[in-house]
Amino acid sequence: MAILADSNTRLIVQGITGGEGSFHTQQMVEYAPETIVGGVTPGKGGEWVHGKPVFDTVEAAVDATGANASVIFVPGRFAADAIYEAVDAGIGLIVCITEHIPVHDMMRVYDYIKDTDSRLVGPNCPGLLTPGQAKIGIMPGYIATPGYVGVVSKSGTLTYEVVYALTNEGMGQTTCIGIGGDPIIGTNFVDVLQMFEDDPQTEKVVLIGEIGGRAEVDAADFIKANMTKPVAAFIAGKSAPEGTRMGHAGAIVEGGEGTAAEKIEALEEAGVRVASNPEEIPALLK
Amino acid sequence: MNLHEYQSKLRFAEYGIPILRGKTATTPDAAYEIANELGGTVVVKAQVLVGGRGKAGGVKLAKSADEAKQHAEAILGMNIKGLTVRRVLIDPAADIAKEIYLGITNDRAAGRAVMMASSEGGVEIEVVARENPQALIRVHIDPFLGLRDYQARTLAIGIGLPREHWRAFGKIAHSLYECYVGNDALLAEINPLVITGDNELLALDGKMSIDDNALDRHPDIAEMRDTDAEAAAETEARKAGLSYVKLDGQIGCMVNGAGLAMATMDITKLYGGDEVGPANFLDIGGGAKAETVAAALRIILADPNVKSVLFNIFGGITRGDEVARGILQALDEVKTDVPMVIRLVGTNAEEGRAIIDSANIANLSSAASLTEAAKKAVELAKGAM
Repeated sequence: MAILADSNTRLIVQGITGGEGSFHTQQMVEYAPETIVGGVTPGKGGEWVHGKPVFDTVEAAVDATGANASVIFVPGRFAADAIYEAVDAGIGLIVCITEHIPVHDMMRVYDYIKDTDSRLVGPNCPGLLTPGQAKIGIMPGYIATPGYVGVVSKSGTLTYEVVYALTNEGMGQTTCIGIGGDPIIGTNFVDVLQMFEDDPQTEKVVLIGEIGGRAEVDAADFIKANMTKPVAAFIAGKSAPEGTRMGHAGAIVEGGEGTAAEKIEALEEAGVRVASNPEEIPALLK
Repeated sequence: MNLHEYQSKLRFAEYGIPILRGKTATTPDAAYEIANELGGTVVVKAQVLVGGRGKAGGVKLAKSADEAKQHAEAILGMNIKGLTVRRVLIDPAADIAKEIYLGITNDRAAGRAVMMASSEGGVEIEVVARENPQALIRVHIDPFLGLRDYQARTLAIGIGLPREHWRAFGKIAHSLYECYVGNDALLAEINPLVITGDNELLALDGKMSIDDNALDRHPDIAEMRDTDAEAAAETEARKAGLSYVKLDGQIGCMVNGAGLAMATMDITKLYGGDEVGPANFLDIGGGAKAETVAAALRIILADPNVKSVLFNIFGGITRGDEVARGILQALDEVKTDVPMVIRLVGTNAEEGRAIIDSANIANLSSAASLTEAAKKAVELAKGAM
């Protein structure tokens, strides 16, 4: 068992012929060849990339391959359109890696998708990895190993750091998922925590958050009220000054809200063990 | 990207929001001319991208053109919270009967735009939200339908606005929404929105923040960026496609990914204690090429406080070999004795480590874990102090 993606996933890559799309398609194909069924780049239909067929539209790709998931690598200003196309083609799981998507585009996407059967993960996220079964996005495959820990994070590379530390300590993972660091994202901490709570194979959960917004406080409320599985956490940005955006569009402390301190307090209050160094996480789960 | 008051108000006016027809000046003489032309009492306002101008003496009333010139002389060149005032706005003085607040921003939890109004205008809205939350009326806006008429009424009624003003308030609310959407704003606020002695509504002060990710569809706004308002290194970083924020510490950090960059800062602080800490936040982004890495290193080393440099690269989109080549390329251009610690993990990390090792650079050492790398960088910084 795992959440969102496993060996039965049939994935297409939107933007498969671009530099990053092609590079990461290769990595995904090497990791789990059977799960990648094709790709889409308008105008490049009929070509092949890393042994996978390219289509002009998502609809054509779905018709030909029975795809049920899509990963998006197209540039920021075309990304919203790529998400709409995937939703309209009936794709169930849409993972958007693209960063720098305008907030107004995402507000419309968020509204459009909520009344459909599609789930969006991201944007501006590393995607997800179900070790040994499926890799959707850009997480390096070798850092993870199958096991019983579920990992959910706002970050990209910080997630790798923690997953790598878990693997080195012999603690494998069910699924590792990066939900993205933008202000408006398709899947939030609470959605994923519920999935891990419901997944019989996941025994423990790691949550990696950062400054800005109140998603971690909402997660703490959810954990307190609904979770039976132990959770460990790390919150990045303790040393960040107020009023300055730390890279991610969402990572900013405004009007004294969204500080690392208030998030850590809320999580500890909910019984979560919070690490001061991400490499301490495995020890906190033992 | 934040707009100045005068830039924000000109945008508001384009969408039909009533503003005062003042002008800006960069010299006291020009301020005199404008005040003379406007006649009567005027307000001289510092145009600077920071709150609290009034308290700092950056906003002054002038009864004559001579007085306006004197105030402009005092305000131009003034330092307000680290920023130098280079321009003043000369507006006719308004006859204010009542001040209210009207603003719009994106509510990340709701995934929608939220328009907010308060009967307490002229004060920071965060203060109202914290101290008197029920005074802040909010409506969430459907992005496909836009602001509904009843929502504008809900705001007007909620803040106790007299019936005679609902129509004018509604028009302003609709215009502000259109302005917010049309300019890809993250924030558009009128504070205060005033009711004048003549019972007219008027946007007296305004603030807009534009989404950097949408600037390519607003080239006219991109040109308005005031680079005086940011550190020179931040301007250079932006041009190189980097995200950089200068901090007060001694350890220069170059990291890929915003979350990991923050965690790396936090951990240097954790091991450095009160003595040493992070000199900057720097995210080289996903897929950073050699030239980008070289630019990043130049920016870090340009900071005289930097006593050691910590590279923490965990490859996903970013490839370790490219980062390694970038570091070597940069070290070719920027000769430095500053000790450096590098940690490479992830995609093509082995190739990257091989490239670094074969270069044999005396002041460059490597580390296997983040903890080890941070401890090393802390020790090196302390040793150089």
